[in-house]
Amino acid sequence: MNEVTEKQGEITTRLKGIAVSPGIIIGKARLVDRSRVKILYQYLISEESVSKEAERFKRALEAAKEQIIAYKNRMPDQIKQHSFILDTHLMIMEDTMFLNATIDAILNEKINAEWALMKSVQHIRQLFSQIDDEYLRERVADVEQVAERILRNLAGRKDENTLHFSDRVIIVAHELSPADTSAIDIGKVMGFITDVGGRTSHAAIIAQSLKIPAVVGLETVTNRVQDGNLLIVDGTSGEVFINPEDDLIIQYQEKQLQHELYESRIIRLSHLPAESLDGQLIELRANIEFLEEVTAAKDLGAEGIGLYRTEYHYLRGLALPTENELFEDYRQVAEILSPAPVVIRTLDLGGDRFSPDLAHAKQANPALGLRAIRFCLKEPEVFKTQLRAILRASAFGNVQMMFPMISGLTEILDTKEILAEVMADLDRAGMAYNRNIETGVMIEVPSAVAVADILAKHVDFFSIGTNDLIQYALAIDRINEHVAFMYQPFHPAILRMIRQVIKAAKDAGIRVSVCGEMAGDPLSAFILLGLGITNLSMAPWSIPMVKNLIRSISMKEARTDVRRIMQLDTATKVRNFAYAKIESLNQDGGEKDLSVRSRRENRPLARKGR
Amino acid sequence: MEVVRNLRIQNDLGLHARCAARIVALAGQFRSKLYFKKDEHEVEGSSILSLLTLACPKGTEVQLRAVGEDADLLMEAMTRLFEQRFGE
Repeated sequence: MNEVTEKQGEITTRLKGIAVSPGIIIGKARLVDRSRVKILYQYLISEESVSKEAERFKRALEAAKEQIIAYKNRMPDQIKQHSFILDTHLMIMEDTMFLNATIDAILNEKINAEWALMKSVQHIRQLFSQIDDEYLRERVADVEQVAERILRNLAGRKDENTLHFSDRVIIVAHELSPADTSAIDIGKVMGFITDVGGRTSHAAIIAQSLKIPAVVGLETVTNRVQDGNLLIVDGTSGEVFINPEDDLIIQYQEKQLQHELYESRIIRLSHLPAESLDGQLIELRANIEFLEEVTAAKDLGAEGIGLYRTEYHYLRGLALPTENELFEDYRQVAEILSPAPVVIRTLDLGGDRFSPDLAHAKQANPALGLRAIRFCLKEPEVFKTQLRAILRASAFGNVQMMFPMISGLTEILDTKEILAEVMADLDRAGMAYNRNIETGVMIEVPSAVAVADILAKHVDFFSIGTNDLIQYALAIDRINEHVAFMYQPFHPAILRMIRQVIKAAKDAGIRVSVCGEMAGDPLSAFILLGLGITNLSMAPWSIPMVKNLIRSISMKEARTDVRRIMQLDTATKVRNFAYAKIESLNQDGGEKDLSVRSRRENRPLARKGR
Repeated sequence: MEVVRNLRIQNDLGLHARCAARIVALAGQFRSKLYFKKDEHEVEGSSILSLLTLACPKGTEVQLRAVGEDADLLMEAMTRLFEQRFGE
């Protein structure tokens, strides 16, 4: 939904993408255009021009090789793991299907290098399109990237990746690869916006670690923006304005100022304890996916990592990660955090990521299919590699592990059996690990709620994964736009389930925390606290906001309020009650922005409620 | 000299990019030529793209054919690479 308004011949365009790194910036666009190289198609007349053309192609290819080797050498250590992609690129350049086919086309068909190259790429693309395996089929993107690089060299363009700017700019790109970001003059970059990508795309991670705003998934932004266009980028809401009107600029300058004030106030707050007015301490932890996020999480006041997602190493393709790769990663997180805890969640992926057989079977309902702990128990070798890595890392800090998607006791017992085998292996190998490592389970399947009292006897802690719990309990696929509005964290059924889990944990004397989005939203966090939760884990940037909430409420009052909330019969009533409560806190002179993000993120709910 | 041998892909992810890259790199150290055949379809072992288009999941049996003066050495090296599951 893009709105367009006139302004003295110039048009303001509004685009909405995925907000991946918060903050507001107003600045000039700099297009990093890797794809738009004009291609001329020419026949070559003389024999001499044919051999010259082949030479021209080889020079462009050699230049491309040198560029890639140079990037490889320049790659910062934290992204060195991506360098394998560059090796593949080098190999593609020497491949018969690529190199020989292009040169043959120049010599035999007497066509120019660009045309010949495009023909080879077209041929390769056609061959790859017939491959069933999705991962292999998509490797053709590597071929296209190599071709683009050579086309750019043929056009005599300077390598755009070595970017230097005289002013600070907003980078606008189709996508940003590790090679691009490692070569950009980072100090001059105000933010990133890209056509493609998601929350875990490279641009997103880099922006978060640099603490600059970024919006990805804007689809067509590179077509709409020209170099030098004025842009407003709101990395909190995901909005981007191209050629904004004066009013809008003033409005956003104001917002920017507010955001900065809020940030600085929050940062000051972040080292104060998360203590309620009546003296109860709440433990706030961060949910993260990358080692690089640990420092930012600590800066924002996280007292540990309550959810360390481990899927990344399995998704970056190519091959399964080795035990040592995983161990190195986990060990570093543990060491940086020690003595604060890190809770490592074991692999939470669908089996289709691993086996072409499963991918072919196209599980009709992947959320209910072979995934997470089910997959790990079916593929114990994959599971054991990860368990060994986690156990070995436990010798270097406060490492805990938790298992996703547990639906009943059998899965816990089977998992523990495998864990015992791995421990015995480590003993035989004389490797150090924490024999008393704490193990817990995610409570995210409704059946686990029903038998929480049984499960509690076998684990050290529960972590309630509200995102999946809501999805499974309400039978709502959040991604399905037709029912997404029914995804209701405030549904009385959800609140009762959470209450039941807390009770089971307390009766058995084990810890219970919440690590879903409900933990990071002030409205729902308020209810969780009132239900008796004392440990919340959330996206790092939500921590200051929730800490702010905790510091402005009394737990005694919250418990009284929540007793009333538990009597309400619809999600709308629950939400309105909590909303009114938080608003009244604001008016009492608390932090003004307490519920800002909450209103924004729960838009479908809010609309229903009004 | 020509040496022919059937080998099975044993690593979990099948013949993926990293394995294909190892094959190409190893084959490049010998003077003999190497061919991979699956279902009557034969490609050169020196081409990473061709190897990928063979699309071999775990358990696939491929026929390797080495032609040249050091064909036997090349085949021995390839057999070892397969047995080590491409070092994974």
